[in-house]
Amino acid sequence: MSGEVIGVWIGAILTLGIFSFLYKDNPFYKFSEALFVGISAGYWFVVTFWQYFIPKFWDNLALSFNELVTKGRIDYHWIYLIGGFFGVLMILRLVPKIGWLSRWSLAFIVGTTAGLQFTRYLESNGIRQVVGTIQPLVVGGNLGTTIGNLIIVVGTFTGLIYFFFSKEHKGAFGGAARVGVWFLMINFGAMFGYTVMSRMSLLIGRMDYLFTDWLKLIK
Amino acid sequence: MDEITNQEKKTFWENLLSIDRRIIFLFIIIAVSVPLFFKTSLEIPVSPVVQGVYNAIENLPAGSKVLISFDYDPGSMPELQPMAESFFRHCFRNNLKVIIMGLWPQGPIQANMALDKVFKELKEEEKTVKIPQYGIDYVNLGFTAGNEVVIDRMGHDFQESYPADAKGTPLSEIPLMQGVRNYDNVDLILNLSAGYPGTQEWVQYAVDVFHVKLAAGNTAVQAPSMYPYVQTGQLTGVLGGMKGGAEYELALKRPAKAVSYMFSQAVAHGVICLFIILGNIAFFTMRKKKTS
Repeated sequence: MSGEVIGVWIGAILTLGIFSFLYKDNPFYKFSEALFVGISAGYWFVVTFWQYFIPKFWDNLALSFNELVTKGRIDYHWIYLIGGFFGVLMILRLVPKIGWLSRWSLAFIVGTTAGLQFTRYLESNGIRQVVGTIQPLVVGGNLGTTIGNLIIVVGTFTGLIYFFFSKEHKGAFGGAARVGVWFLMINFGAMFGYTVMSRMSLLIGRMDYLFTDWLKLIK
Repeated sequence: MDEITNQEKKTFWENLLSIDRRIIFLFIIIAVSVPLFFKTSLEIPVSPVVQGVYNAIENLPAGSKVLISFDYDPGSMPELQPMAESFFRHCFRNNLKVIIMGLWPQGPIQANMALDKVFKELKEEEKTVKIPQYGIDYVNLGFTAGNEVVIDRMGHDFQESYPADAKGTPLSEIPLMQGVRNYDNVDLILNLSAGYPGTQEWVQYAVDVFHVKLAAGNTAVQAPSMYPYVQTGQLTGVLGGMKGGAEYELALKRPAKAVSYMFSQAVAHGVICLFIILGNIAFFTMRKKKTS
């Protein structure tokens, strides 16, 4: 029995173990779940060590140390020590008395992410989308585009009105807000439909694995 | 007699409202599994957003360089792996040069799996087509940590993020990478994404900063969030979930896994809709009986 065949059998048995939860909780499921969590944690530890720590931190420090020894100069790679310092602070969460120091690292992460994301998110998901909403309401000779543009403009406008809470939703304002709710509901419905399709796809993938790769019932 | 019939109906609707969820699970598993045994291809029209992806690749002249970022892991294989295989089939059929990378650690491994399958097909089915050569027709840069920062740095110089490929060969020694410094030297970027970092980050940091041409394949969960980018022109097109993958296979005139899965998908959706309709009828029938 080749390694590949053994792998397929293990995969199939563990798939059935996870599926068994659909009937009811049982030790076979617990085992499969624990194995999955354990292997995932181990895998990510190895990935983090070899893909993040070694190439991004250790190798760069080694470069700077080499530069110092061979050429007697301090190069920019020493800046990675700052990252290393913040990394050590994060681990201090494990020491209750000085665990608060990890907040410095978290503050740095939150601050840099917010700064980095602010301009990019504002342009790509804010300004560019607003520009995309500015459409001609009537396109001569093209009824489909006209209707599409009207839906975009009306949907955006009424949707925004729904989230305007400084004025009571009554009269024409309330009517527009209700139209906005309809657009939001259609959007949520579409998203739910896509989510169902996604989950079904995963199930189809697993069933195909069982019937094709394991049982060889499908050629 | 009428009373007995009414009693039976009431029992049926009441039972339906309190149906054991395991019965629904059983129906879904049957609905998904049985169609897999039928080689039925559904008539699936190719939507404009999928056609946009197809055209973006099809219109490239031979020898153009395409960067494909594999930003997913085995958890999203049923949806994204068929797309990856179709991308490779399309690119190699048109003699395009492919640069593979990944912002997810498992991404480049998924790429290798797709390549193995496509090369096997090329050997078996299309003997006239030459098998692409590593370093000349395609290269796998592997994974590098840094998420959106990697995208940003590659806009200045690929070597800042990828000094070497996945095998450790310096980029300067790879024939395909000669003359490739940054996005200016790449004709199209394709992104296969299952979350963060993924298509949204490519739009934010590559399209809107370096004005590259980007097309994407996404899981169905992500797809509705990506369509606005197509309307604004930030994305050339999107393959949304398994259906998007199936449409792309049909546009390519090479039906494969995604198309074969769509019959199961359709039957499963039909069963879900049936249960939703029955559940609603049961609910309103019972409410009407209670109020009367």
